[in-house]
Amino acid sequence: MAIEVRVPTILRTYTGGEKAVTAQGGTLAQLIDDVEANNPGVKERLVDESGLRRFINVYVNDEDVRFTGGLDTAVSDGDTVVILPAVAGG
Amino acid sequence: MSHDTLLDSIGDTPLVGLPRLSPSPDVRLWAKLEDRNPTGSVKDRVALAMVQRAEKEGQLRPGCTLLEPTSGNTGISLAMVAKLRGYRLVCVMPENTSEERRQLLRMWGAEIVSTPAAGGSNEAIRVAKRIATEHPDWVMLYQYGNPANAAVHRDTTAPEILADLPEVTHVVAGLGTTGTLMGLGQFFREHKPEVRIVAAEPRYGELVYGLRNLDEGFVPELYDDSFIDARFSVGPRDAVRRVREFLDAEGIFAGISTGAILHAALGQAARAVEAKQRADIAFIVADGGWKYLSTGAYEGTVDEAEERLEGQLWA
Repeated sequence: MAIEVRVPTILRTYTGGEKAVTAQGGTLAQLIDDVEANNPGVKERLVDESGLRRFINVYVNDEDVRFTGGLDTAVSDGDTVVILPAVAGG
Repeated sequence: MSHDTLLDSIGDTPLVGLPRLSPSPDVRLWAKLEDRNPTGSVKDRVALAMVQRAEKEGQLRPGCTLLEPTSGNTGISLAMVAKLRGYRLVCVMPENTSEERRQLLRMWGAEIVSTPAAGGSNEAIRVAKRIATEHPDWVMLYQYGNPANAAVHRDTTAPEILADLPEVTHVVAGLGTTGTLMGLGQFFREHKPEVRIVAAEPRYGELVYGLRNLDEGFVPELYDDSFIDARFSVGPRDAVRRVREFLDAEGIFAGISTGAILHAALGQAARAVEAKQRADIAFIVADGGWKYLSTGAYEGTVDEAEERLEGQLWA
């Protein structure tokens, strides 16, 4: 088993157009490194020196990782990770 | 209960227990019925508060034109307030919002500028900001950055919840402008800091996230994540399933975004049950279902409803 990572339209240039990729890792940071290994360039769009970029939201099993440890959030086989750009409501 | 005017009747909404959806006598759910406000949504509080603040600060005079980016409810509330206070209102709204919202806006006298579906509210905000520079005499109250949006929930919605449910342990609300959650967070951090503030954020179809580049992303100026404890992304399938369950079990006909909020509230309830902890979870019913009948969310199978909501701004 592996972890499914759903990629927003705007980042699919890095995944050969794929909507989702699979990857492995024990934390979100390791997972992103594994995604980067197969899809070079994607990491730089997601994180900067301070952590997740401001307009990027990442959810592990629908929960926003900014409230669960950020890049240190634990992930495991069978989890679903969703990456989305920040948009407004209201 | 009598009020001198319609505007005076805003707020003081009922909090009702949900015995059938609550998992046990120790873990209970409570619904704050914001659909009981004059135009049928929680945004009546916000619209009146933003207008009152602008009037007090001398920004607004009779005959002024208001401009606001909105996906619906704030626009409808502002249209009602504007009509009663003598202002003209121009709403900038994404085209993928329900027909009912447009009809209601027109009935209350608002003019609508439509923006493309792609990009959702982000695009409406961009266009509204551009129109504002072209019409420097118009007043954009700007719900995403107006402190009155959060303050009204800090000063009214939150204390109402605490007064009605002193044992409250969790408060769950929808995340759009972030105003409701910021106000709830500000109040409870000060008056009962152990209360968990939980955000339910609607997850739309891909079209809405179709930005040209990531710099077009948007985080409301009001947002400060220190005022919330958890944030959940809820897709249309869960929202529809829960909104139907809400009516089936408790007889309450709510809007689709409330289904998403209920989904997050039930998630908190399940965690409390698992941890064998007492919980009293209050959540906001943002509006009723009437404005969303044409979306098809309430008919047919959940699969069909999910498909119909694809690409729509359902919250």
